[in-house]
Amino acid sequence: MNSEVKREIILEHFQNPMNKEEVQDDNYVLINSSNPNCIDNINLYILFDNNCIKDIKFMGEACAISTASTSIMIKNLIGKSLVDAKEYINNFYNMCDEEEYKEDLLNEGLAFSEIYKQSNRKNCALLPYKAILKAIDEYEKK
Amino acid sequence: MHRDDFPLLKKDIIYFDNGATTLKPQAVINKIKDYYENYSSNIHRGDYDISYKAELEYENARELVKEFIGAKRKEEIIWTSGTTDSINLVVNGFFAKNLEKGDEIVITKSEHASNVMPWFRVAMATGAVIKYIPLDENNFVTLDNLKKIVTPRTKVISIADITNVIGDIRPVKEICEYAHENDIFVVVDGAQSVGHMKCDVQKTDVDFYAFSAHKMLGPTGVGVLYGKYELLKDLEPVNLGGGMNESFISPEEMVLKEIPTRFEAGTPNIAGVIGFGESIKYINSIGIDIIHKREKELRDYLIDKLVQIPHIDILNIESDSGIVSFNVEGIFAEDVAYYLNKYNICVRAGNHCAKLTKDIFGFANSIRVSLYFYNTESEIDTLVDLLKDKDKIMKEML
Repeated sequence: MNSEVKREIILEHFQNPMNKEEVQDDNYVLINSSNPNCIDNINLYILFDNNCIKDIKFMGEACAISTASTSIMIKNLIGKSLVDAKEYINNFYNMCDEEEYKEDLLNEGLAFSEIYKQSNRKNCALLPYKAILKAIDEYEKK
Repeated sequence: MHRDDFPLLKKDIIYFDNGATTLKPQAVINKIKDYYENYSSNIHRGDYDISYKAELEYENARELVKEFIGAKRKEEIIWTSGTTDSINLVVNGFFAKNLEKGDEIVITKSEHASNVMPWFRVAMATGAVIKYIPLDENNFVTLDNLKKIVTPRTKVISIADITNVIGDIRPVKEICEYAHENDIFVVVDGAQSVGHMKCDVQKTDVDFYAFSAHKMLGPTGVGVLYGKYELLKDLEPVNLGGGMNESFISPEEMVLKEIPTRFEAGTPNIAGVIGFGESIKYINSIGIDIIHKREKELRDYLIDKLVQIPHIDILNIESDSGIVSFNVEGIFAEDVAYYLNKYNICVRAGNHCAKLTKDIFGFANSIRVSLYFYNTESEIDTLVDLLKDKDKIMKEML
């Protein structure tokens, strides 16, 4: 994936984010995520069902990187079992941390494969991932 | 103007974040270095020469501040760690014991967190109520609007001289006059004003005034709480410890030192205070009125250019200070700041610690350019050229 394609993917998901809507349904778990050093702030609404992620929506104010990263993450996680979801999330973290990762698992998430070069923006890309991990952790404890 | 005095301006950056902190002139840096190299020692210990010298310089800085803000007495200048510390001191040391259930604290929704949160907490603790002055169509404070919400239960009005997002200069003198006719105290947050325009505490008649050294060419970690001497007698020290006591024998027998020493427990930021004194000398050498005029010129120049760009929405077109807040349509504020950073331009993006402004604008975030006298028209031209081309921003912001 060349950098022009990556840029286009990010811009497309920033300008037309998928699943960006408020949820008023108590079956959804609400989790907020914000970065201490910037102004990104998003709410994720997650519907778990039988150890699967049935649906996710999000709302909030965030930069292009955070917004696109959230949109792409949600697209990739809806319908996944928790096991597969965690594998995807770990791969994304590994990519951002310059560790080994499986490219084929990430598809559009690969748009952030060079984010490690901008350390101040890595946290923007990881913002929704921190939130979903927390939500999964809480779900599994129940 | 005076750019050669600032080492950081030789490093190929355009610095437009003066509302957050200002750059330091060489004279201030040298003064601090001189203290550490030649007479680094504690104060209140005149037993040896270098300590005596440190004490003299430390107290001389107090005198310089007193003159600079037009205080009646040197004792009215209390050193703190900054505006936040100053406001917390007056809220917790004075108002916490003087407010009662149902009393009203008046602030505005454009205040900085440090002039909101201490009041929120004291309201919770005392049962006092927070009220907001309605802002006019420019989001300014007017005396008429203040009068609409003041009641016999109003005990204190706490507002910034100049707010850090909207940048309006408040009519503090008129507010104090009205407040005092109604037995209301006035606390003013001078963080964005003291180094930018003439502030005279006797002319305005404010009761308490808080500001920071680092926003007026001085070092970080130093600030001032000014209070009228008669009121300081009723201010309770928040910190107890070394340097502020005459004696202590038992809980019933603690004797405190005089004002202002009793409010300055522990070893203070001596180097910072001395450096602050130098920053005031430096500002005086230019002239505060000249600084204010230059800032206004630069602001007008920037506004004239920004209004011509259709995709830029300015939040505070009518303000008179060097603070200009805006957004680029369809682009998140922080992305614009990242983009400008690629051209070594420093601006602030975010809610600027003024989170209640969300109620004013419907959104909290913006890009803020805050000017100071050492900025130039040519720097503004560079900024404006980069903002003109929205496609370029979109392309390069990632």
